[in-house]
Amino acid sequence: MTWNPVRGMHRRIEQWVTTRVQRLPGPVTIRRQRIYILPTRQGVVFGVMTFALLLGSMNYSNSLGFALTFLLAGLGLVCMHHTHGNLVNLQVSARGATPVFAGDTLRFVVVLHNASRRPRHVVGTGLRQGEWPDHWVDVPAGSEVATGLDVAASHRGRIPAPRFAVSTRFPLGLFYAWTWVELDQSAVAYPKPSGAPLPDSLEGDDGAEHSSPRVGNDDFAGVRDYHRGDALSAIHWKVTARTGDLMVKQFAQASRDEVVLHFDRLTDPDPEQRLSQLARWALDATARGLSWSMVLPDQHIPAGSGPDHCARCLTALALFQSDPRPTAST
Amino acid sequence: MNQPPVSLRSLPRLLAVLAIVILPHVRNLPVWIPAFALAMMLWRLGVARRGWGMPGTLVRAGLAALAFAAVLASFGSINGQTPGAALLVLMVALKLTETRTLRDYTILTFLGYFLLGTHFLFDQSIPMIVFLLICGVLLTAVLVDINHPDGGLSPRTSLRTGGLLVAQALPLMLIFFVLFPRIPGPLWGLPADSGSNAVTGLSERMSPGDISQLSQSDEVAFRVRFDTEIPPRTDRYWRGPVLWSFDGRAWEPGFSPNTQQAGTVADARRLLRYDVTLEAHRHHWLLALDVPMSVPADGRLTSSRQLVSRKPVRERRLYTVESALDYRLDPALSEWARRIALRLPVEGNPQTRALATQWRDEGLDEAALVNRALRMFREQPFVYTMQPPALGADSVDEFLFSTRRGFCEHYASAFAVLMRAAGVPARIVTGYQGGEMSANNQYMIVRQSDAHAWAEVWLADRGWLRVDPTAAVAPDRVEVGLGAALPAGEPVPFLARGTASLLSALRLRWDAINTQWNYWVLAYGPELQRSVLSRIGLPDWRSMILALTGLVSLLLTLLGLWLLWQSRGADPVDPARQQWNRAVRRLRRLGLSPAPAEGPRDFAERVHNQAPELAAAVEELVDAYVATRYAGSAEIDRLQTATNALPRRRR
Repeated sequence: MTWNPVRGMHRRIEQWVTTRVQRLPGPVTIRRQRIYILPTRQGVVFGVMTFALLLGSMNYSNSLGFALTFLLAGLGLVCMHHTHGNLVNLQVSARGATPVFAGDTLRFVVVLHNASRRPRHVVGTGLRQGEWPDHWVDVPAGSEVATGLDVAASHRGRIPAPRFAVSTRFPLGLFYAWTWVELDQSAVAYPKPSGAPLPDSLEGDDGAEHSSPRVGNDDFAGVRDYHRGDALSAIHWKVTARTGDLMVKQFAQASRDEVVLHFDRLTDPDPEQRLSQLARWALDATARGLSWSMVLPDQHIPAGSGPDHCARCLTALALFQSDPRPTAST
Repeated sequence: MNQPPVSLRSLPRLLAVLAIVILPHVRNLPVWIPAFALAMMLWRLGVARRGWGMPGTLVRAGLAALAFAAVLASFGSINGQTPGAALLVLMVALKLTETRTLRDYTILTFLGYFLLGTHFLFDQSIPMIVFLLICGVLLTAVLVDINHPDGGLSPRTSLRTGGLLVAQALPLMLIFFVLFPRIPGPLWGLPADSGSNAVTGLSERMSPGDISQLSQSDEVAFRVRFDTEIPPRTDRYWRGPVLWSFDGRAWEPGFSPNTQQAGTVADARRLLRYDVTLEAHRHHWLLALDVPMSVPADGRLTSSRQLVSRKPVRERRLYTVESALDYRLDPALSEWARRIALRLPVEGNPQTRALATQWRDEGLDEAALVNRALRMFREQPFVYTMQPPALGADSVDEFLFSTRRGFCEHYASAFAVLMRAAGVPARIVTGYQGGEMSANNQYMIVRQSDAHAWAEVWLADRGWLRVDPTAAVAPDRVEVGLGAALPAGEPVPFLARGTASLLSALRLRWDAINTQWNYWVLAYGPELQRSVLSRIGLPDWRSMILALTGLVSLLLTLLGLWLLWQSRGADPVDPARQQWNRAVRRLRRLGLSPAPAEGPRDFAERVHNQAPELAAAVEELVDAYVATRYAGSAEIDRLQTATNALPRRRR
């Protein structure tokens, strides 16, 4: 890394700046008080060059040399304002992110809305400030453009949108203006699928490492109270009519083509590993077009199939006993 | 910091602009340097378009060493402004071979700005400021272009952005130019070749043919602004180098006696004060009317009463001086000076010596000897011409006795040699004779074509007396000007003819503009700045810097406000919303205002509970607003009435 005279200053300013960021639901309008601006390395070189021209003009008493020097000085100052103006009053909002599996990268959709009469060129979004941004866009006048914010999903659960920098160095690259935005948004990271594949044979042998899918077609075994989430088809209407309470048919074992993914039946001591296994099976079951239900210690997801059902189950796995969703203004 | 790549689309634009920036150096540098730069540009373009190879590190280092050596061989030095500019052009050319990232492109653009500055070492005329602004816009547009990583900006957008930035920087430039405190230069030594924009002018050596050559030039030597009356044409002798030493052919300053002591002047009358704007000529001398009486700062008077500057005049220079048109110079001549003023080479020009001896033997005194010589020039068939035949070793003999055709330096030289041979102390003075008034009659222009040489003889009691033998041959040269003095058909510079054509009127007008430019822009240094700024109440550095920062801050604030105004939303104004906002402001004063998430209906209901006395008014207001929203703008009047019906104060 080459020497950068403004880097140390960057760091100190950054510390101060981050204390001023508020987590807001958005859209956030970038106010001029919240825009920070520093010369880039090229800007420093430009300044040094201008100073050298000044010395040269003085030495040669060269009037047009002075004119050039002062034109460049004026250009630098004007450029600073334009770089700042490229961000001011820009509206930033987030539109969440498509869920991914833990270990992958979440891409939050960040929408930049430019209500002004001037286009804003090369506005970037990124997690780190001072670097060339991960994503940049041109936002034409009076329109909005979506850009991305890449966040590594390090663990399952609800991943809050991190604080991110909206930055620009347009038009001349001499100054770098940025602001921090923290939008009250989050996305879900599913548990990373792992473990054994869903057993092919649905016969009730415990040969699979985890014999959790209860498989079979035992006979009717009685009724029990209705719980939320029970399938409508399972309601024992006759008994319900007689007792006045909703009663559900219970079978000793689920029907032959129904798979039950049961958290408690898994033997792995690590609950995270169990979630990963269940995620794996959920994907496998969806891929095979099976219908399955899922039982977690605190909830029961009735049988279903297809990608929506899969997403519902994976979300349940992702959020299982995870930290509550962080609230605004910490 | 990772560097984004630069779009290939930006490359031809950058190359084109750099070519334009380098172009004027064709005049100042050996042609191989711009040619080399052009070749490197084409190569770089080939790399981008045709996939040619970029030169390796070794080739680059070799090329750099070669370029360096070539500059050294061409100029004999790398120190100096011409070799410096040459090196800079070569550096840009070589940098082209390693441009990949945004940083490389940025550095190249910066070098382009720097290169722009080197032109002004050679030329500071009015067209150059136009060139400066055009190139400033172009380079800035390139910088905008390369800062858009995928080259998505059209050239038009880049140029408009660059032009806008430069246009906004211009007022700042003007403020800095006027108010930034100037200090007298130079800060460090100037290279020997600095001031290459100096015009060819007088030299310190005068051999036959030198001045006639100079007379072909219309270049301005200096301009004069008179505080007092304008001297008559016959008194316009501008004193330059005084030459004492004659080697049989050429005159040189020689060692002038007692250099520390200025030549003395007695009985000075008809004093004149004037400002001279002298073009750079890279010599020490300053020109002043015969004979200078005062010394500008940084100058001195020699023993020959010649005005010289302590430093060479490398830039156009402005000075004020006073002269006396009637005077007696050195009424007493030291024996030492007298001996130098009589010295002739031991041999050579025998006929001239014989003639001088013959005259002296006739018993003529010194004044009579002068008149005798002038009579000879007048009465014998001497021709005043700018195309004299070449002269051999005994130049004076050949001129006086066979060719008899010559320009002022021939007459002055022959006259001085005759006088010395006859025992009258004599020396040569070179300078300018004449000058024409500008179109607006405000100043006098003296051109190189006015260059002249005359003689001075020392007569007892009279001191050094100016004798212009040219005037004896061609009186018009002194009374009217060069154009009138020469026979028709001689190649006189156009302006020296003095014919009042439209073209020459235009030339004079242009010269008037140039004079203003020279005076107010190019000569704007510490002295002029102080005198101008103290007139508007900024007498010292402190006040200059205060005014500078104040004005710059003001302009930048205006710019910031403008940008802020530009950045605000451009939503079309919704009259219903406007009226509603007005109503909300009124309500807020009454202590009521809708919560951010509260719709108008909910708000009306809340008011009904909280402030029953306002319920009716608010209900009507909300009804009107909703009606306006959904029923169209026809209901806007109702909304306005409802707003106005709101009580101003809560009872």
